[in-house]
Amino acid sequence: MIYYSTSHEYARVEGNIAYIGISDYAQHALGNIVYVDMPEDGDDVTAGEDFGAVESVKAASDLLSPVSGAVVEVNEQLIDNPRLINEDAMANWIIKVEMSDPSELEGLMDEAAYKEFVAKEQH
Amino acid sequence: MNREVYGKLIFELSRPGRRGTRPVDNSTDAFPRAELASELTRTSATELPEVDEPTVVRHYTRMSTNNFGVDSGFYPLGSCTMKYNPKVNDALSAIPGMARLHPFQPDATVQGALRAYWTLQRSLSEIGGMAEFTVNPYAGAHGELTGLMIIRAYHDERGDKKRTKVIVPNSAHGTNPASAAVCGLEVVEVASLPDGTVDVEALRPLLDDTVAAMMMTNPNTLGIFESSIPEIAAMVHEAGALMYYDGANLNPLLGVARPGDMGFDVMHINLHKTFSTPHGGGGPGSGPVGVRAGLEHLLPNPRVIRDEATDTFSVVREDSNSCGSVTPTVGNFAVELRALAYILTMGRDGLGMAGPMATLNANYIKEALRDVYKLPVDRVCKHEFVFDGLADKSTGVTTLDVAKRLLDYGYHAPTIYFPLLFHESLMIEPTETESRETLDEFIDVMRRIAAEAISEPDTLKAAPVNTPVGRPDDTTAALEPIVTYKQLRDK
Amino acid sequence: MTHHYLPQTGEEISAMLGACGMKSLDDLFADVPEQLKLKRPYDLPLGMTEAQVTDYFENLAAENRPARVILAGAGYYDHHVPAAIPALVSRSEFMTAYTPYQPEISQGTLQYIFEYQSMMASLTGLEVSNASMYDSATATAEAMMMMVAAGRKKNRVLVSETINPAVRRVVDTYARYHGIDVATIRMTEEGTTDSSHMEQMLGEGGVAGVIVSQPNYYGIVEDYSGFADKIHAAKALMTVNAPASTLAVLKPAGEWGADIACGDAQSLGVPLSYGGPYLGYLTCTNALMRKMPGRIVGKTTDARGNRVFVLTLQAREQHIRRNKATSNICSNQGLMALWVTIYMSLNGPEGLREINERGRDAAHWLRDELTATGRMRPMFAKSPFLNEFAMDTEGLDLDRLFERCAERGILPGVVIGKNQLLIAVTERQSRAQLEEFVELVKTAEK
Repeated sequence: MIYYSTSHEYARVEGNIAYIGISDYAQHALGNIVYVDMPEDGDDVTAGEDFGAVESVKAASDLLSPVSGAVVEVNEQLIDNPRLINEDAMANWIIKVEMSDPSELEGLMDEAAYKEFVAKEQH
Repeated sequence: MNREVYGKLIFELSRPGRRGTRPVDNSTDAFPRAELASELTRTSATELPEVDEPTVVRHYTRMSTNNFGVDSGFYPLGSCTMKYNPKVNDALSAIPGMARLHPFQPDATVQGALRAYWTLQRSLSEIGGMAEFTVNPYAGAHGELTGLMIIRAYHDERGDKKRTKVIVPNSAHGTNPASAAVCGLEVVEVASLPDGTVDVEALRPLLDDTVAAMMMTNPNTLGIFESSIPEIAAMVHEAGALMYYDGANLNPLLGVARPGDMGFDVMHINLHKTFSTPHGGGGPGSGPVGVRAGLEHLLPNPRVIRDEATDTFSVVREDSNSCGSVTPTVGNFAVELRALAYILTMGRDGLGMAGPMATLNANYIKEALRDVYKLPVDRVCKHEFVFDGLADKSTGVTTLDVAKRLLDYGYHAPTIYFPLLFHESLMIEPTETESRETLDEFIDVMRRIAAEAISEPDTLKAAPVNTPVGRPDDTTAALEPIVTYKQLRDK
Repeated sequence: MTHHYLPQTGEEISAMLGACGMKSLDDLFADVPEQLKLKRPYDLPLGMTEAQVTDYFENLAAENRPARVILAGAGYYDHHVPAAIPALVSRSEFMTAYTPYQPEISQGTLQYIFEYQSMMASLTGLEVSNASMYDSATATAEAMMMMVAAGRKKNRVLVSETINPAVRRVVDTYARYHGIDVATIRMTEEGTTDSSHMEQMLGEGGVAGVIVSQPNYYGIVEDYSGFADKIHAAKALMTVNAPASTLAVLKPAGEWGADIACGDAQSLGVPLSYGGPYLGYLTCTNALMRKMPGRIVGKTTDARGNRVFVLTLQAREQHIRRNKATSNICSNQGLMALWVTIYMSLNGPEGLREINERGRDAAHWLRDELTATGRMRPMFAKSPFLNEFAMDTEGLDLDRLFERCAERGILPGVVIGKNQLLIAVTERQSRAQLEEFVELVKTAEK
């Protein structure tokens, strides 16, 4: 199941684990991504608060975590090859989080709602 | 500027054994050697070039020919006030009696330097309508930070510890929020009306006892005078906060109006904008900060004060009442001397005309181009105005293409994609030092580019072609940063 | 009447107003509320001619008493300035350019910044340099904020008591407003950083970084062996502040194992000019590059296949990250970075070494000679030093000594406390000049 936030992060959920990344719409809006600033394993993230940033040549965007919990893994491939996000934003998640409060997912959008949200934002 | 790329690096001209100067006469005058213990000394080689003096001189001379300055041509860079830099200022800033003074030598031996500094403080106070100025800060951003420190010190002194927010218009330059954050303050944006001025009704609910200050430029980043400023100042003061004036756009107000009279409590000035000091490709700058009466004691140390009875000057280096120190010395002295020379050469008569002439030049260009470029805010502008790209949006030609094509015609580009209020911002500021012929020629070229956008859009997409180098690949630069010669060589 | 910086004549003004549909210059300001208008000329003199303003400045200069022999240092040193430097730096293509936002017509600026970065990285023994900072004090404050940003939730920075107090005042001011807790590492009796005190404070935890200086405020060359290991073991970062010129001979930050180097590059032939402009430098390891404030120039290629230079990693900077930026710095010290780049090119590795060795040898000779006068003695006799040293002048009338020296054009040093005189020597002073100073001390009044 995939959930989206209004700040264009997604949380792909498997059990108690959420894979967090940015949406395809967000990678497209940013353009060529040149750097991803990520937390470290074991760091705590809080829903709605920033845990890093993605940078393109002329823009930078904070990453806001859609859920709270502990970081159990960061996607180290992105250190050397941040453009993987441009190639496939859904496959190339940024951090893997063990959720502390899965009920937070209820406040997020599902795929259909997010599509509608993006369509509105483009106007 | 020439059209051929020079492109060599000094390291590539290096030949072992060459020397570019002879700093020490070892044949006479020697002292006994005083070696230091080896654990304290350097083991690696310093990778500096070995070049002779003629090669050095030719290298940097040729390098300079790939650069474009105000002396090379028209520089209508919005919000940057690239006016002419008078040559006499440079000459006077380097006279030996000023240049060889140590910053910590006794006050009695630097009375002329301190008089210059004090006279500049007084002149800026008169022009800004403020009680007193410090000329310490090294640049505009540094001044802005200093000004915010003064504001925090003001609230702290009153025991008012809750005030942690700074209100900034959403049209503001990115430096405003960055300075606030460095100063430990939180930024709250206030919305703008369609003409870019502050929405007073949106501001009202934001004002409470957690607000430390409101930061504004006036005219704003669209070159529009904020006519509601008396009302805004009254509201902000009513809430117990202070008004901060970002002096980035002070130039059109020379001789016309003063920030102090508009209700601003603290302000900074960029000497390289309004007071004609060279920008130098990024510095050195100077960002003097002024305060209204009642806040003078909060200005940073060191401070220059005058004893009226004896007409002598001294430097106050430590004083616990101040907001602190942002510099160890009185500031970028040689830059300050240039600004003083400018003020004295312009005088009250010349300065009084500078604001109106900067404003006239900007309106003249705006009126001549409004049919072919989209003018989103149709009002009398001040020193600058913003187009939202070409009027004809069907060609696919962007603001970036227009800017790059201007380089081909021998102009510096305007500021582009700022302010963020429009998608295709093209911000033009001619300044008062440009002649009517220069403005007319620029207008012709801008019209020609608008015509080219329709007739030959591909030419614009490929621009520039007449410059030493073409459009660079920014993505590769950021993906695989190569920022030293060592990295370049080892790749 | 037109001013010589304002081209438009009365006729042109009328014609241009007409083109804007206006009748008078006042119409341009119709939107300025009446009560805000300045209805009088500024209370300033009328404009001066070029000759008058030149006389004005010469009169100001005549009120100063510049020294020809400057033994004052305390962070700012009187080195000889090769004539080629001002000649090149004053070229208007360099001087009157803006920030190189249009790389196609700014390769001159971008290229010398790249050269500057390369030289500073090498000099400090670290991997990357930014395009320069305002000065030593602000560069040190930025290094402090950088360490705190890298340390995520840690908010404490330790600063050695041996650092220049003028730098410390600026660091403390930034820390106060930025919300950083600065603690002082004590100085030993030998005038060096007390490493056991540092270890104790590191052990208490929460430390983001440590700042030390080299040579320190008293001119002492400290032994920082083992410091980096202790600091890194506490998961903190290490910054070394040093005057740039001395790095040609002293062990630089990188060789001590430090993460950040900062300091003044004024010692690379920048004139004293009563406070500036100088420039600061800031270099760091690759790992910290993205936390570094200020501009950075990198290499890339253009559409025509040329090797070109551009401002890069801009997403870190204030104009994009706004309140999330590490720093609010926009500019660098531009021309001053060019100044020291040319200085380093002219002097090369050999020249820079010779300059420092001459300063070192002359300073050691002078300290011995001054001690031999019996009028002053070294404050820290056992500690090694390079070209600057502190003397205890108890029993000497320092005001009188300064006055007598001023009559001969000699500035004896910087008074740093009661009966404490800090003296710096560079390659700029001849043996005869130093001998003249020693004579004045010998006959100094008590």
